[in-house]
Amino acid sequence: MSPHASNLGIEMVNLLGAFLLLLAFAMLAARRTLSLIRFFAMQGFFLSASIFIVAFLSGETNLYYSALFTFALKVILLPYILKELTLRLDIQRDIETLVNVPVTMILGIGIVVFSFSLAAPISEAASTVTRSLIGVGLACVLLSFLAMITRKKAMTQIIGFLAMENGLLFSATNATYGMPMVVELGIALDVLIGSIIFGIFFFQIRETFESLDLKFFEKLKEE
Amino acid sequence: MSYPLPFFSSPLDASLFVVVFWSAVGGLSLFFSRVRLFPLRWMFLPGALGGALLAFSGYRGLDFGLESRTLPLGLPDLPFHVREDGLSAFFLLLLGAVSFGVSVFSAGYFKGQDRFSLGRLLLEFHLFQASMTCVLLAGDAYFFLLAWESMALTSYFLVVTDHGDESVRRAGFLYLLLAHIGTLALFLAFGILAGGSHVSGFDQYTFDRMRSGHLSTFAQACAFFLAFLGFGAKAGILPLHVWLPDAHPAAPSPVSALMSGVMLKTAIYGMVRVWFDLIGLHGIAWEWGAAVLLVGMITSLFGVLYALMQHDLKRLLAYHSIENIGIIVIGLGLSLVFFGTGHPVPGVLGLVAALYHTLNHAIFKGLLFLGAGSILHATGERDLNRMGGLMRVMPQTAVLFLTGALAISAIPPLNGFVSEWLTFQTALSVSTLDIGVLRSLIALSAAVLALAGALTAMCFVKVFGIGFLGVRRTAPDKPTHEATLPERMGMLWLGIGCLVLGVLPVAVLNRLGDVSLALTGQGLPAESKASGWLWLVPESARKASYSPFIFFVVVLGSIALTFLAIRLLFNSRIRRAPSWNCGYPVRNPRMQDTADAFSQPIRHFFAPVYLMKRQLPSPEDEKPHFHVTIGDRHWNALYLPVLKIVGFLSALAGKLQTGRISVYLLYSFLTLLFLLFLVKAS
Repeated sequence: MSPHASNLGIEMVNLLGAFLLLLAFAMLAARRTLSLIRFFAMQGFFLSASIFIVAFLSGETNLYYSALFTFALKVILLPYILKELTLRLDIQRDIETLVNVPVTMILGIGIVVFSFSLAAPISEAASTVTRSLIGVGLACVLLSFLAMITRKKAMTQIIGFLAMENGLLFSATNATYGMPMVVELGIALDVLIGSIIFGIFFFQIRETFESLDLKFFEKLKEE
Repeated sequence: MSYPLPFFSSPLDASLFVVVFWSAVGGLSLFFSRVRLFPLRWMFLPGALGGALLAFSGYRGLDFGLESRTLPLGLPDLPFHVREDGLSAFFLLLLGAVSFGVSVFSAGYFKGQDRFSLGRLLLEFHLFQASMTCVLLAGDAYFFLLAWESMALTSYFLVVTDHGDESVRRAGFLYLLLAHIGTLALFLAFGILAGGSHVSGFDQYTFDRMRSGHLSTFAQACAFFLAFLGFGAKAGILPLHVWLPDAHPAAPSPVSALMSGVMLKTAIYGMVRVWFDLIGLHGIAWEWGAAVLLVGMITSLFGVLYALMQHDLKRLLAYHSIENIGIIVIGLGLSLVFFGTGHPVPGVLGLVAALYHTLNHAIFKGLLFLGAGSILHATGERDLNRMGGLMRVMPQTAVLFLTGALAISAIPPLNGFVSEWLTFQTALSVSTLDIGVLRSLIALSAAVLALAGALTAMCFVKVFGIGFLGVRRTAPDKPTHEATLPERMGMLWLGIGCLVLGVLPVAVLNRLGDVSLALTGQGLPAESKASGWLWLVPESARKASYSPFIFFVVVLGSIALTFLAIRLLFNSRIRRAPSWNCGYPVRNPRMQDTADAFSQPIRHFFAPVYLMKRQLPSPEDEKPHFHVTIGDRHWNALYLPVLKIVGFLSALAGKLQTGRISVYLLYSFLTLLFLLFLVKAS
């Protein structure tokens, strides 16, 4: 047990984990791009807060940097980029879903149950103070994936993709006090570059198809 | 022997040096192709020097014994092993000798070629040769397959040199496809062989380990036939030959010479290496040999029958390559049968005959392809039906081509005869066997050999008679001229090879006997070794012997005597008169036999073999035009059904591609869930 470990701290992290999961569901249900981005930013905020607390509890100084970094990237920079992109592309209207929201929610609940049962043996093997939260991280990853699948517009795909990374980071923090700093930086950079490339693609795609609806991509397949 | 070569401590060193040297020549050529006014085609000459050095090192390596080394290259814990024994040395000699002639020839042939494409060609050409050398030097399956694939890729790029042409690209693709199918079989064969070793470790894949491994008979049979399939695809064994008649005409002639002369032989090397060395004769059953023999017979007969029907010179030569590979495989099959039934003496003879024919075929087929190249270069013509009278414009090329044609037709005293005769002698040892099936099969193989030889002779009567004699049937598009000096020099080298290998076979035979001794533990019988240089005695003098030198002297003597007699006694005038002037008032070049017409009796007789499409002119036609195309039955019987199945399966797999990103994401999502579920369940 590290010096600062306290029940209150662990409860705090649990609470933040619950928020994270809640926000993942909110993203599944969200109908507007801008609210989706807001949810994403909030998720980033809770994530960095939880990393900060875990850092305090475990005494790992690396994690402070990680928390700071997450905050800068996921609460400020990426949401800003995404919002700019949305406004410029003029796509803040309703997002059509492939599967309607209630069904998606039910699927999501199933996925959460599956994730928790999956994470149980890992949690037993882990030695961190917050090991019970690995299931939450896994559930976030899978729920974001589900969000990517069930939406029609290209913009939601990238937000889902970024949210997946949130869940991944949360799992890693809670299972092993974070990935090595190098790996984390690498992933963060990938995500940043990825979103920039996506942004460029969106403009190109819209010029080609005059829409960001993914159904137009079906033309691209080989006959 | 401590210093067998100047500058190099061993033949293996020299061979490795040649690999590096060739790669360097290729790289430099590519660099120089960017330099204006650089006489790029002469870069073939340093390459030829490499070939000469390789031939020499191979020659010294024949009796140098085994030498092996581990190179500091390759992946961590998977270093490249190289080794050179008598068998490798023999094939290196073959590669070096042919490559020398072809390189010298190329220096003249590629005159006027565009600088950039020539630079690329030079790079690929030398890398191709270097990869073939690596194949022969490889001492482990990893390096072998790496070199094998590099050989396939470089030769593919050489085949598609003229890639502007649709048919060339198609031929190249077909070649690449079959080469890869073959490599797949080789992977499996080597995998099985590596599994025989009891100690597991990283050096399991070396040939030494495979040799000492123990496998069940079934596993050995699998390795044997997979190797046959894999190497057969490269060599052009039926029914995997379909790439050969397309790829050889598509490639530039020196490349065809190198591919047909040497690359097909690396496949023979592979067969001998895997069968006689890695699996080992103790594990070979005679039934396998009989299967090989049967396939060899069919291949050989098929090759020559289709060759006779061709009127494209290079395509014709390509079919002859199939035939000759068939003859080599017959030799190997006979050897396996005799070894398998416990008769090492004819067994060794069969192996030696096959190796000898490998060398001979490399030399004369190289020569013939170069000759075809010279004709193509000089006249712009590949179609025999439109040729004629070339002897008058290119007399030296004609004489050299004739040498090659006589050699391939197995006319003594040239080299083709010696090896076919040796194969024949092996087959005639059939009386020592007491298995009924084998007795008839081997007797049949002797008959097939004889038939193939006769049909080959007929085919080359056609080529030479129609191409070089008579007069040209159609007016040439451009003035024809004799081949350039380097071209003639290159062909002369191979022509001399045909003569020397034909007239002095005893030295070659004894060397090959040593190769066989090192490989199988069995050498030629003492009586054969003791016979002296003049008489070629395969087993014992009572059974058969042949003295090509005496034969040569007699042939030369009688020709000289006849010539002198005619010049001195009969009529000393040389009269020049029009061809085919038999007293008819009307005569034109169209009255000559065409290539198609010449082979008509065979086409008639063997009609069921061919898939013929004929276009017959009506009797009233003023300008009648006869046209016949010969298709390969294998396409309809084997390849098209396979193609259909593959197409069907691909269409099924294509259904996965819906074009909707959500569906693709769903695939990965479900896969992820499934894998996680598996993790949880386990």
